[in-house]
Amino acid sequence: MNAPIRVDLQLIADMVEPGTRALDVGCGDGALMAYLVNFKRVDARGMELSQAGVNACVANGLSVIQGDADADLGDYPDDAFDYVILSQTLQATREPREVLRQMLRVGKRAIVSFPNFAHWQVRLRLVFGGRMPETPSLPYKWYDTPNIHLCSIDDFRALCRDMGVRIERAIVLNSKSHRIQLPPLLANLIGEQAVFMLKRD
Amino acid sequence: MLDDLTEAERKALAQCRHAVLGADQPLRLDCGVDLGPYRVAYQTYGTLNASKTNAVLICHPLTCDQFVAERHPITGKEGWWDSLVGPGKVLDPAHYYIVCVNVLGHCMGTTGPLAHDPASGEPWNLRFPVVTIGDMVRAQAALLDHLGIPDLFCVIGGSMGGMQVLEWAASFPGRVFSAVPIACAAHHSAQNIAFHEVGRQAIMADPEWKGGDYRQHQTVPARGLAVARMTAHITYLSEQALQRKFGRSLQNRDVLGFSFDADFQVESYLRHQGSTFVDRFDANSYLYITRAMDYFDLAGARGGVLANAFKGSATRFCLMSFTSDWLFPTRESREIVHALNAAAANVSFVEIESDKGHDAFLLDEPEMFRTLSGFLKGAAAVRGLGAVS
Repeated sequence: MNAPIRVDLQLIADMVEPGTRALDVGCGDGALMAYLVNFKRVDARGMELSQAGVNACVANGLSVIQGDADADLGDYPDDAFDYVILSQTLQATREPREVLRQMLRVGKRAIVSFPNFAHWQVRLRLVFGGRMPETPSLPYKWYDTPNIHLCSIDDFRALCRDMGVRIERAIVLNSKSHRIQLPPLLANLIGEQAVFMLKRD
Repeated sequence: MLDDLTEAERKALAQCRHAVLGADQPLRLDCGVDLGPYRVAYQTYGTLNASKTNAVLICHPLTCDQFVAERHPITGKEGWWDSLVGPGKVLDPAHYYIVCVNVLGHCMGTTGPLAHDPASGEPWNLRFPVVTIGDMVRAQAALLDHLGIPDLFCVIGGSMGGMQVLEWAASFPGRVFSAVPIACAAHHSAQNIAFHEVGRQAIMADPEWKGGDYRQHQTVPARGLAVARMTAHITYLSEQALQRKFGRSLQNRDVLGFSFDADFQVESYLRHQGSTFVDRFDANSYLYITRAMDYFDLAGARGGVLANAFKGSATRFCLMSFTSDWLFPTRESREIVHALNAAAANVSFVEIESDKGHDAFLLDEPEMFRTLSGFLKGAAAVRGLGAVS
């Protein structure tokens, strides 16, 4: 249980206060949940689409059900959690805006991480390569990608504005997974992925 | 007053424990009848720890009983959940105090239609009040009071056992630390009621049934009960499992017999299932227990909203279903999960890939054992039960 977790997951974990309740939507193999349970005494629940992922999580003692962000967030009552977490999954949802709304209904706060489609490598590949971009954070062919609603960091900020959602924290990582602190225009160019903590206004 | 046991009951009671309850405080049944005194037969494995935090209640399905992990006193067969319960198994008596109670209305020692009405001294037979899953659970709770067990680390069961688990969690949330309902539903479906009705009609159509008074007439409605079992047994399997096991293979012959003997292996198998069932199960009990399952509707009893059954529950739930189970399909487990989520309860849910149908929960399913072991380990850590293998 002491194995290091992915950098973006660590950033998310750092945002979660100890002893709180959290729902990890798209929890995969449960790495973030296990960290939150073991190191932050969080009452963590998970939701995962793949049955293999769910079974692995439950066999590790984590509370996880099969489900997906689009269909199943609606089941939960208002304010059921302190945090609802969605890591690297928003771009694969059918209705990202509705998913965000549900996350902020079910949770007091939402933490979202996603790949930045305005990263310079992506721009270069499309503009000069003339092909759909494939990068380390977007490793799919156009025809087999699960990512149907990609956005840039600025797109995401615009959506938050539009929804009247307060951005409490925004962390941008470059392609080496190092935190960068740049003005928004540059962050949207240099950042490969971003982690946002949101709150209903 | 509870005496005049059948031979089977005598053998069963000799191999397990029992308590006579309800002499002062009768059990108020859902049908409005006060039942008491009544006998509860149960079996235990392991030891209750000093802090009384390691009790596990196993709820048995329709045709199983309290002999979970030992040779059965009537059939001589291995315990029905031997794969799960025993030294080195997921439910190890070295760690847990495991209790399994023969349900109310059954025929392995607990009061049911075989018993005598204390008021008249006559055998109950069909005059025994119709009992529900809720009644079964309240009788179990009364036994736990009698045994001085304040609460349960885990209540676990499959099929009708799963229904009891759900009832426990809904009726006694404070006494259930964790709950594992397997291959079950929050209510019995129309199709399942229909199958049960076929079974009951087969029993009641048997001339030897005698309106339920067959013991007084020294007859046994063996053919009716066997047909009921044959029908039910088909629902416990899957089409793939039947096909794989039997296909169209013939029984002890190379060519069709052009008769109505058991030409096919599958016929011979079902006939065997039917005839051996008669030796270990009472026909009236079969009527009562199937009825209890039909009446089960957890939401119906709570304003039609299933989530109401779990409001404010601190119980940790782990649900499991099997892909090829068409008697209690995954969809029905998912309904329970949705309700638990709506109540913001702590829930895990795993659907296990298996082609063995409903019966899978009684068989060697490594994925089920892995899931259960992980879930119990997590729950034990929170409960402070120390290292559990």
